[in-house]
Amino acid sequence: MNVSDPTSPAPPDHAAALRPPEASAGPAHQGAFGKFCHRYALLFAWAILIAVFGVIEPDSFLQIQTFTSMFNSQAVLVVLTCSLVVTLTSSEYDLSAASVLSLSAMLIAVLNAQMQVPIGWAILAALAAGLVVGTINGILVVVVGVESIIATLGMGSLVSGITLWISHSNLISGISNTLVTYVIVPQFFGISLGFVYAVAIAAGLWYFLTYTPLGRQLLFVGRGRRIARLSGLAVGRLRFGALMAGSFLAAMAGVFYAGTSASADPNSGDSFMLPAFAAAFLGSTSIVPGRFNAWGSFAAVYFLVTGIYGLSLMGIQVFIQNLFYGGALIIAVALSIMVRRSETREPDIAKEGN
Amino acid sequence: MNAATPVLEARHFSKRFGGTLALDDIGLTIDSGSVHGMVGHNGSGKSTFIKILAGYHAPEPGAELTIGGRPVRVPLAPGRFRSLGMAFVHQDPGLIASLSVVENLRIGAIARGRLGRIAWRDEVRRCEELLAEFGVSCDPRANVETLRPWQRPMLAIIRAVDEIRRLLRETGQHRGVLILDEPTANLADSNVGQLFDVVRRVQSAGFGVLFVSHDLDEVLAVTDHVTVLRDGRIAGSGATSSFTRSDLVRLIVGHDIPPAAPAPAQAARRTDHLTEVHGLSGPGVRDVDLSVAPGEIVGVSGLTGSGFAELGPLLIGALPAWKGRMRLGTTTIDLATITPGAAIAAGVCYVPGDRLREGCIGELTVAENVGLPVLRRFFRAGWLHRRALASHARAQITRLGVRPPDPTLTLESLSGGNQQKVLLAKWLQLEPRLLILQEPTQGVDVGAREQIFAILRAFVAHGGSVLCLSGDHEQLEMLCSRVLIFRRGRVACELAGPEVIKDRIAHECLGSDFASAA
Repeated sequence: MNVSDPTSPAPPDHAAALRPPEASAGPAHQGAFGKFCHRYALLFAWAILIAVFGVIEPDSFLQIQTFTSMFNSQAVLVVLTCSLVVTLTSSEYDLSAASVLSLSAMLIAVLNAQMQVPIGWAILAALAAGLVVGTINGILVVVVGVESIIATLGMGSLVSGITLWISHSNLISGISNTLVTYVIVPQFFGISLGFVYAVAIAAGLWYFLTYTPLGRQLLFVGRGRRIARLSGLAVGRLRFGALMAGSFLAAMAGVFYAGTSASADPNSGDSFMLPAFAAAFLGSTSIVPGRFNAWGSFAAVYFLVTGIYGLSLMGIQVFIQNLFYGGALIIAVALSIMVRRSETREPDIAKEGN
Repeated sequence: MNAATPVLEARHFSKRFGGTLALDDIGLTIDSGSVHGMVGHNGSGKSTFIKILAGYHAPEPGAELTIGGRPVRVPLAPGRFRSLGMAFVHQDPGLIASLSVVENLRIGAIARGRLGRIAWRDEVRRCEELLAEFGVSCDPRANVETLRPWQRPMLAIIRAVDEIRRLLRETGQHRGVLILDEPTANLADSNVGQLFDVVRRVQSAGFGVLFVSHDLDEVLAVTDHVTVLRDGRIAGSGATSSFTRSDLVRLIVGHDIPPAAPAPAQAARRTDHLTEVHGLSGPGVRDVDLSVAPGEIVGVSGLTGSGFAELGPLLIGALPAWKGRMRLGTTTIDLATITPGAAIAAGVCYVPGDRLREGCIGELTVAENVGLPVLRRFFRAGWLHRRALASHARAQITRLGVRPPDPTLTLESLSGGNQQKVLLAKWLQLEPRLLILQEPTQGVDVGAREQIFAILRAFVAHGGSVLCLSGDHEQLEMLCSRVLIFRRGRVACELAGPEVIKDRIAHECLGSDFASAA
């Protein structure tokens, strides 16, 4: 309620928590310690954030429940961010991911709650819808050659139109309890299966990007399409695959959304769009600085959510979400560019070697 | 108008870069209504001279420049040439392909924001008149990308003339100089004549033209005067009609036809397991046949735009060929449908000249760049063995003498020579049958160059074949046992054994008539 209170210290603290660790990591003289700081700066920033809120709101913030509910509720965002990490690694922007999330959740709601289709089939239909959207994106971007940012912007709007259409613009509730049990109901120590899935998906993405030839090839395609082609990679197929995988993961995020709320809102995905991009870019500044990566994004999601959660505990109004996520996205992108630059400038000494 | 009035007189133009004198007391006079040719090798000082006129370089003190009879203070401020009635047309015509002809013609005025409301209908009408005046038939409303390739430099010339004229109208001057810098380098033979027609019309409209080229046929065909530069000095100058082609070649190269070096004892060229290319035609090349034997390093050279540089991308499938076949041992590949992946699988690897844009990714590590083609070898039991990959990369780069031999460094932190060795490591680990190199020692210091030569010699000694595409004749002399010379998209001649000498290569690139004389 006391948003307008000018003495409220929180917003400046956020900005500060976001900025200094990475920015101050000097590019020129980085030893092993510097590198370590660089990699884990986001985790330190997260710890600082928790400490700040802990001091300001010790009673409500520093509760196990706060953290378990944060972990459980953000599985959807983690999975959507993973979807963006895949497409961003191949240097494509998938702006339709959030709309696919909404469509997938809504398909489950319509099929399961309204048409009594068994939940398993409804989930399969939702995931298939994701693959269809991914295929269309792939055809537009790879075969036809439309810029991905435009193609997926259009597809996103088209998909939201379909979502509104099949739901008659209504929130639909009454999704099978089975899904809810398997996603959001706390199973052990207050942790739900949804969080476990999110960790598993992030781990899978980590494995894919780091330990498979395909992940490496995707990285090369993203960094230099011409170089990748001259090196003999099937560039078109890799880009197509990345767009399909991205949409599939977005649909999976939609399944978790349906499980989390037992209902689907036709606009449910919209509020995830910005946080997911912010987390993906912020994540690319840590763990493996300079690359979009799964654990960095995972940490970034919870860093951002902690910020929002702490602010809401302090009674700050809804609009702060937009300010916070928007600001975080801008700062994260700027940071990721700066990190990439410092990474590449780093071993100047080696140049003298020859 | 007096035809013999000089429109541009340059005196005592010198330019020093560090310790070397790139331009040494050059003087040049261009008469109005005449075409003055300027020829010379890369590095002879042609572009330095032009860049001084453009205001890009400041000449050494003592330079004098007179334009239209009035002395002009040098150095010129960049862009000042415009207000003096000069215009440049470069090898890249500087047209925007997706805009219309008329928009491209008025691009300068649009860029300077001097236009009020643009009366497009009037512009189109004026544009039509202009195109008609210079004998170019195209629709002013058509996009430039729909024009034939040879029409583009014409359009650039007409635009330059038009801009000079507008200026002359505003200032009351009445002389202009058009500087054409290799305008034909990317054109096929048959259409150069139409471009010359435009140049002659420009000339008869009273302009002075400086025609810079290294193609002697063109210079002999279109110029009235010719100046030959060599090593920053004027090697010869006079009326074009007083020179024969051989005279010009001798002046450019600086020697008579070099004597053949005594033939070194050479192993007989193998005739089995050849890599052969038959009937390759594509953008820039026509009906190319060539063969490379195991153990052979074959050089390919030519002037800029002669098509030799396209050979690499065509053989690897990065540039679509129209037709042609490549035979590697028992397999035959259709070059019209080949992809880089298929070429690599067949044992053909290509190391592009532009390392960081086409060869490898500078911001990634050496291990990642080297490992890219062999990732599958290190993917066992569902796991990419990154440590094994890194030690493999370390072994490869150590073998080729990369300094420092640290696979975790980013590639761009290495020097040019070491980057090139990493690229060689990336492809040599595949043990290709044919390695195609483009300018393999560009941006590489002398020491590393020797090392790269040693790596290539070791590779062919074990039965590999190398095709080395380069405009560096000295390098070809040192490295190759045979050299193919391209002229206008075709293999014009083949030098072998004792004929592989840099001056001889230079002669042949320019199209010396030595071959027929011998």
